[in-house]
Amino acid sequence: MADWVEACGTDDVEEEDVIRFDHAGRVFAIYRSPDDEYFATDGLCTHEHVSLADGLVMDEIIECPKHNGRFNYKTGEAKGAPVCVNLRTYRVKVEGGAVFVEV
Amino acid sequence: MSRHFVIVGAGEAGARAAMGLREQGFDGDVTLVGGETHLPYERPPLSKDGMVAEVFAAKTIATAERLAEAGVAFRGGVQVAGIDRASKRLAMGDGGALPYDKLLLATGASPRRLAGVEGERIVYLRTIEDAQRLRGVLGAGRHIAIIGGGFIGLELAASARARGAEVTLIEALPRLLSRGVPEAIAGRIAARHLAGGVRLVFGDAIAGIESGAGSATVTLASGMRVEADLVLIGIGAVPNVGLAEAAGLSIDNGIAVDGQLATGDADIFAAGDCASFPLAIYGGRRVRLESWRNAQDHGNLAAHNMLGAGEVGASVPWFWSDQYELTLQIAGLADEGAVTVERELAEGSILFHLSADGRLVAASGIGVGNAVAKDIRLAEMLIGRGARPDLAALGDPGVRLKGLLAA
Ligand SMILES: Cc1cc2nc3c(=O)[nH]c(=O)nc-3n(C[C@H](O)[C@H](O)[C@H](O)COP(=O)(O)OP(=O)(O)OC[C@H]3O[C@@H](n4cnc5c(N)ncnc54)[C@H](O)[C@@H]3O)c2cc1C
Ligand code: FES
Repeated sequence: MADWVEACGTDDVEEEDVIRFDHAGRVFAIYRSPDDEYFATDGLCTHEHVSLADGLVMDEIIECPKHNGRFNYKTGEAKGAPVCVNLRTYRVKVEGGAVFVEV
Repeated sequence: MSRHFVIVGAGEAGARAAMGLREQGFDGDVTLVGGETHLPYERPPLSKDGMVAEVFAAKTIATAERLAEAGVAFRGGVQVAGIDRASKRLAMGDGGALPYDKLLLATGASPRRLAGVEGERIVYLRTIEDAQRLRGVLGAGRHIAIIGGGFIGLELAASARARGAEVTLIEALPRLLSRGVPEAIAGRIAARHLAGGVRLVFGDAIAGIESGAGSATVTLASGMRVEADLVLIGIGAVPNVGLAEAAGLSIDNGIAVDGQLATGDADIFAAGDCASFPLAIYGGRRVRLESWRNAQDHGNLAAHNMLGAGEVGASVPWFWSDQYELTLQIAGLADEGAVTVERELAEGSILFHLSADGRLVAASGIGVGNAVAKDIRLAEMLIGRGARPDLAALGDPGVRLKGLLAA
């Protein structure tokens, strides 16, 4: 069952950056890639549950701000120590200047 | 015949190297020997969450299943007692022998002991057992004395306060964190501890510590006496070099290795807290780092080079510490700097350290939660590239550091 939730405006996220989105007690991270596409993953690192939105986005990688664990935010794949559990990803669509996440 | 790589020390560096060998496709035998009985575990939480959490749970770096899956033979609770380099065999503490083709020494460091001070109420903090012992005492109505205003002592002070214990921290020098942390940041940390109710005593030496049946008494040179339930000594760490030294390897504030982490013996490498190595970004300055990320980077690099990659380490030192709601992060070595520029952020601030000729050499930041993390990470990349950023741009929070990377 698709349940689309409006997360933010397209301009709320800078290019090659990430913001945090809280919804129904859950934390998500919304990304805008260098080529202007939007992505969404769980918002907390799988190592110590730190908000990834304080981390650095480079190309398709989000780096956790706490200990630099790295994930591919397009696929959710954990890229090595100290993170070994992948991030869950969510489908995203852009409509009328807003970013929607399928939660 | 299958080749056998042996790693001595199952800490951060050793465990990472073992996994790294497999990630690199090594198909010989890998044995990871750990002097502790535990599976490899993370030390940083021992003074932080692990001290505060309701229930103590060690944070394992690699579970038994992961090690087995990777084909790493883990031998815990066994000390390596000696290295016979001529026959390439290790003498094991339990009496056996273990032959190796390549050897990695990842023996870590041990707390520096305060000479002449012994007793039941004196503790150090390095292992799970140490942490559990401390946990048993921290709580309301208890008083702990901490000797040394370094990271371990300060993190423990914050955790002890969180558990309601009284804390007196005694530092021999006039300020906290005099090794590697700029004075402005150390001052901010001191202020936070004072606000948190820690009693800070500066510039006083220890005249004696008596560990009695019911309590311990610390006597200072000034005559001041501090009664405590427990005394934590956090005056630094010394590298575990005994094994290497006895085997005739060269020692220089740690097991001396080159930029590829190789010792003078082509089949023996060293990594992590036990190793001193030349840092390429500072013209080959020899350092020994006690840092979690360095241990990981070294573990990876050692795995590559045990397989003959011939790679020279190029990482920038990086360290963090958590105290109360504050996190400190430092990239590079601040003492390399001659000029300092400050950037004020909404919930933190960063000091950029530049050499006299304008190269960014380090950045130290402190802030609430991860307020400084992104900028410190970008600074780390700039440092790694030998960048000479504009001073005004560094000081202006309106200028995105990411933009400077492209320059
Ligand atoms: C309480 C605490 C908090 C910390 N917090 C931070 C932090 O916030 N940030 C940060 O960057 N760093 C922190 N550190 C430092 C970080 O944990 C270390 O840099 C890291 O653990 C070093 O890893 P290592 O593998 O080199 O050594 P270790 O983790 O010390 O592992 C070495 C292992 O080798 C074993 N060994 C030694 N000799 C032998 C032998 N002869 N035979 C068999 N086994 C042997 C030892 O028993 C030990 O288990 C902290 C350290 C402590 C103790
Ligand atoms: S919390 Fe993300 S890497 Fe540790």
